[in-house]
Formats: sequence, C-alpha cells, structure tokens
Amino acid sequence: MWSFVLKRLLHMIPLLLGVSLLTFLLMSLAPGDFFTTLSQNPQISPDTIARLKAQFHLDKPWYVQYFFWLKNILSGDFGYSMAYKIPATALIFQRLWNTFLLSFIALIIAWGIAIPLGVSAAVKKDSWIDRGSSLVAFVGLSISEILLALLALWVAAATGWFPIGGAESPLHDLMSPVQQFWDYTHHLILPAIVLAAADMAGIMRQMRSNLLDTLRAEYVTAARARGLGEGRVIYKHALRNAINPLLTIFGYSLSNLLSGAFIVENIMAWPGLGRLTMEAFFAKDSYLVVDCVVMATALLVIGNFIADILLAWSDPRIRLK
Amino acid sequence: MENSAPISITESQKPLSPWRLFWLRLKRRRIAMLGGVILIFLYSVMLFAGFVAPYTYSRQDRDRFFHPPIWPRPSGFHIVVPRYEQLPGDFVYREVPNDTKPLHFFVRGDQYKLFGLIPATVHLFGSDDNYPLYLLGTDQFGRDVFSRLLYGSEISLSIGVVGILLSFALGMIIGGISGYFSGVTDTVIMRFCELIMSIPALYLIISLRATFPPDMSSSQVYAMIVVILSFIGWASMARVIRGMTLSLREQQFVLAARSLGQSNFKIIVRHILPNTLSYVIVAATLSVPYYILGEVVLSFLGVGIQEPQASWGNMLTAAEDIQYLQNYPWLLAPSAAIFVTVLAFNFLGDGLRDAADTKSL
Repeated sequence: MWSFVLKRLLHMIPLLLGVSLLTFLLMSLAPGDFFTTLSQNPQISPDTIARLKAQFHLDKPWYVQYFFWLKNILSGDFGYSMAYKIPATALIFQRLWNTFLLSFIALIIAWGIAIPLGVSAAVKKDSWIDRGSSLVAFVGLSISEILLALLALWVAAATGWFPIGGAESPLHDLMSPVQQFWDYTHHLILPAIVLAAADMAGIMRQMRSNLLDTLRAEYVTAARARGLGEGRVIYKHALRNAINPLLTIFGYSLSNLLSGAFIVENIMAWPGLGRLTMEAFFAKDSYLVVDCVVMATALLVIGNFIADILLAWSDPRIRLK
Repeated sequence: MENSAPISITESQKPLSPWRLFWLRLKRRRIAMLGGVILIFLYSVMLFAGFVAPYTYSRQDRDRFFHPPIWPRPSGFHIVVPRYEQLPGDFVYREVPNDTKPLHFFVRGDQYKLFGLIPATVHLFGSDDNYPLYLLGTDQFGRDVFSRLLYGSEISLSIGVVGILLSFALGMIIGGISGYFSGVTDTVIMRFCELIMSIPALYLIISLRATFPPDMSSSQVYAMIVVILSFIGWASMARVIRGMTLSLREQQFVLAARSLGQSNFKIIVRHILPNTLSYVIVAATLSVPYYILGEVVLSFLGVGIQEPQASWGNMLTAAEDIQYLQNYPWLLAPSAAIFVTVLAFNFLGDGLRDAADTKSL
C-alpha cells in the first residue's frame, strides 16, 4: 500500500512541472505584457519601465523567466502581483482557500444528495422515484452553470434571503469572529448549491447504473438464495461493490467542479481562483495567471490522488497492479 | 408471378447491414428521435437565420430600449401586431387598445446575406414601422432579442459541430498512431494527453486565450475559439482511440493488410479507424454540448465573440446585471435556447449510445 502511495505521489511532480511549463510557454506567447499599457503613459519614463522589467525578469527569454519563477515557487514565494501591487503568495492562498471551500461544500452537497437518490432509483427501478429522478438528471445534465448562477442571483435579489454575490458584507471587518463566520457561510451557501446542482446529475446516473449492474451479479442471487433479507442484500453486499466504480469518476467530477466553480465565481463574485484568473488575465499579469492555473491543477491532481488512494484502499486489486 | 415469391423470401432473409440495424434500434427510441427532430429544426432555422429574423442583429431602435416581448395575435382572418406606447418612467410600455396592424409574410426589410453569400431583403414575417415585432423583447441597446438569438445561433450552434469535427479528427489520427506504433511515440503522446487533461478545462481555455491578441475580427475570433476548444478536446478522444487501436491491431485483418504491403498510415486510416466509428459518433454527439458551452462561456466572460456581433454567450452578459435581470427577464432567452439545444444533443446521444450497444438487441 505504501509503495503505491509513494508511486502516485512521485507521479504528481512531473505532471505539475509539465503543466507549469506549458502555461508559462502559453503566457510567453501572449502579445504584450503588463508594461505595454504603462509604456504609453507619458509620466513614466522608459528607464523606469526598463528597470521594472528587469526586476521582474521580463526582459529575458521565457525559459529563463521560468527558471526564476520555479526557483521562487520552490522556496514558497509566488512573486509580486504587478496588477494588485501586493505579494502574490498571500493573495493566491486566500483565493485558493475560497475555491477549495466552495468546491468542497458543493462536493458534499452533490454526493450527499446524488448517492441516496441514485440508490433509491436503482432499488425501485421503474418506479416514480426512478423516472422522476432520471428526468431531473437529464435536465440537470443539460442546464449550464451560467443559467443556474444567473437564476440564483435572481432568487437572491427577489427574496433577499441571500446576499447578492461576494464573500463578505461591507461591515465584515467590524464583526465578532462568530458573526464573521456566519457572514462568510451565508455568502457561501448559494454558490455552493448552484455548483452542486450542476454536478449532481452525472453522479446520480452513475450510481444508479452501477448498483443495477451489481444487483444482477451472481453473488447477489446467492445471498438472496441463502435467505438474507433484501435490506442486507442491497446495503451490505451490492452497495459496497457499486461504490468502487464511483470512486474512479470522482476525479472526473472534480475536474467538472473546478471548471464549474470558475463560472460560478465569475458570475456570483465569489473571490476564488477562477475570478482571480480572469482579473489577472485582463490586467495582463501573466505570472499571476500561471500561478492560478498551476494551483487549480494542483487542487485537481491532489483530489485525484486522494481518490486513487481511496480506491486502492477499498479494492486490493488496484494496488497489486 | 412465379418469380415474386422466391424473391421476397430471399429479400427477407438478406442480412441487414450493421448501419441498418443501428438505425432500426435507434428508431425505436422515441426520446432520441425527438432530440434529433429538435436538432434538425434548430439547425435549419440557423441556416436561414437572416430570412427568419425580422431585423438584423445590429439594428437599434432608439425609442424602445428594454421593450417587453410583443406577441402577434389572431384577429378575425388576420394575425395582428399591437402597438405599444411608452409611459413616463424607466422603460415602461403599455399596449394601446384597439390599435393594431396586420402581420405580413414575406415582407421586404433590412438587407442581409443568405448563407453569408446572397444579398436579400425578404423576411419571413414583419410589420409596419410603428408596430414593431419584438417577439422576445429588446435589449439595453434597443435591439431585437429574437433576431439576435437567430443570428447568435449561426455562431453558437455551428461552432460546436466545427469544433467536434476538428478535434475528433485530430484525436482519431493521433490516437490511432499512438496505439498502432506504441513504444516511445505512444508514451510521449499519452503523457501530453495526461498533461492537457489534468488542467481544469476553463483555466486552460483562458491561458490559451491569452496567446491571441485581444482585438480580432469576428471571423478570426470564431477560428480562435474552434482552435482553443479543439486543442483541449482531442486529448480524451485520442486516449480512447489508442486503447481501441491496441486491441484492433492484433486482429487478423490488420495482419492481412500488412502482409499485402499496405503502408502504416493507410492501415491506420483505412482499416483500424473505421472500426472505431460507432464509438466516435456516439462520443461526438455527447460532446457537442461541451463545445457549445465553451463558446458561450468565453463570449460571456467577454473574451470570445465581441459586440455588436451576436452570440448566445455575449447576449447573456447583459443578464449579469442584477437590475436588468430582475426587470427585464427576457434577456435570459439565450439560456433557454442553450438549454434546449444541449438537452436535444443529450437525448440523441443517449439513444445513439444504446443503439450502438449491440448487446441491447
């Protein structure tokens, strides 16, 4: 088991290096940089710009820039955000935390609702609950996060139950820690629900078809033949085996979730990585874009890593391979 | 007379071709057929967008910003369009009672280009100037949302199909090469696929967008979006095709082709890839929605199709303003169009998948 964990862990390093190299290459191909607009400003002398460029190593070829960037990253320094004029490290981690929390809560909501629904749809196949949930799933698969997020904003504005966008109220800084926590949670609920709703349909359909497949297996018939109660047959024998393939789609679901979070953050003004990426993109702060892409990828890769470990833990065949 | 009986027997015993079986199985799935019919309708309307739309996408009515939808109604033997007047206040309109004009079919109006080539002025329907026909209302610039929706479909609907064609062709050939040659080629290609697939799609899309200049003509933007979406989309296709090729290349017909002296490229394209086609068609149908949504998101975020050109994505940008959204909900019309399109593709794709599954017969 430990050798499997180590192997997977070592596999992540070249992947993250490759992703950072690719993003860096792409950003270096971008026409113009942060200083292109500054150089049009007559109040800033060309000397200042040249000095600033040298300070950020922007006057060197992209692979040299990459090595400077990598060296800093490895010592935990994400550099200085040219657009925000603050050190990028704190900014990135604060946004990363927001995105992580949003995705994590959405994940819990989505799986918490989708799995029981999928199980009951499979157990009571062709009943109203099965038909109803598969209809909802079809609609859920086809509805885009954009529409869901816009509708959520509309609901928030019409009912006043939820704040319209953002992560904190204007008076957040004056609140007590407990109030601050509630304020943050209050802002988090709606985006998380939107994100979860978009992700739920796929998981539910997968759960249903997995359980239907296992219910057809011979050991289920054998368990029934031995006279076990239907509840024990389904929940003790079939369900445990139906969960396994679900862990493999966890990574896929996580990838969808992060892309979905990108949209939700931008529409509902949730200050996460996706929103920061767009802000950095428009400000031409290319280092910050690279940082965001690498951090989002790291989030996904670590999520996949955890899913792999869980799978290996629940299915010994995987780690022996 | 004597001949007819034996012929009908041989005909009924004639084995059905795999495609024919596929079609017969598909025809039995009513939901899939419904999806297909909706798509045929949407794409035909897209082809004749300029003709069906009463106005052009850029025509502004400066007297009627945020006008609510105007619906023609039957009156006697005619279909009539009511007249609205503006009341004091922010964009409040009221119908004028008993003041209508009949709706005309095949009327002359704004000039447009049919299929992007033939200049024409005839529209499917229209009405008089003071009796405008805004089926889905107007937007913040006084432009007809319905017309813009149709013009937007020219971009949003076609981009999915063009993107799929490009990325799946790439994915099939690269996947075929990867699986057929294996070894170092395979390892390099597969590692690169993994790299692309491990970046959350939208983050990669934005990084790719950064490599293009911010201001481009609309046809350049269109090509750019296709390139970006294909750059991401080919990877997953290549992986699956590679897996299928690995088992297909061990089959005897490949050995036969090789012993007859066919080139490697010909074996891949002519003998191996056609065997993956039924999977590819199903996967393509189910993937088109992702490409459509890709364009919508890019345009929605302001880095795709630019104003005044209409796309379903950039039309929705107006609905992001909470004041607009609450007071003028018809601005959400493009999202309904997106929903119907994606749902139809999912219906059809699901049916195709079941029909391609030979075990289900």
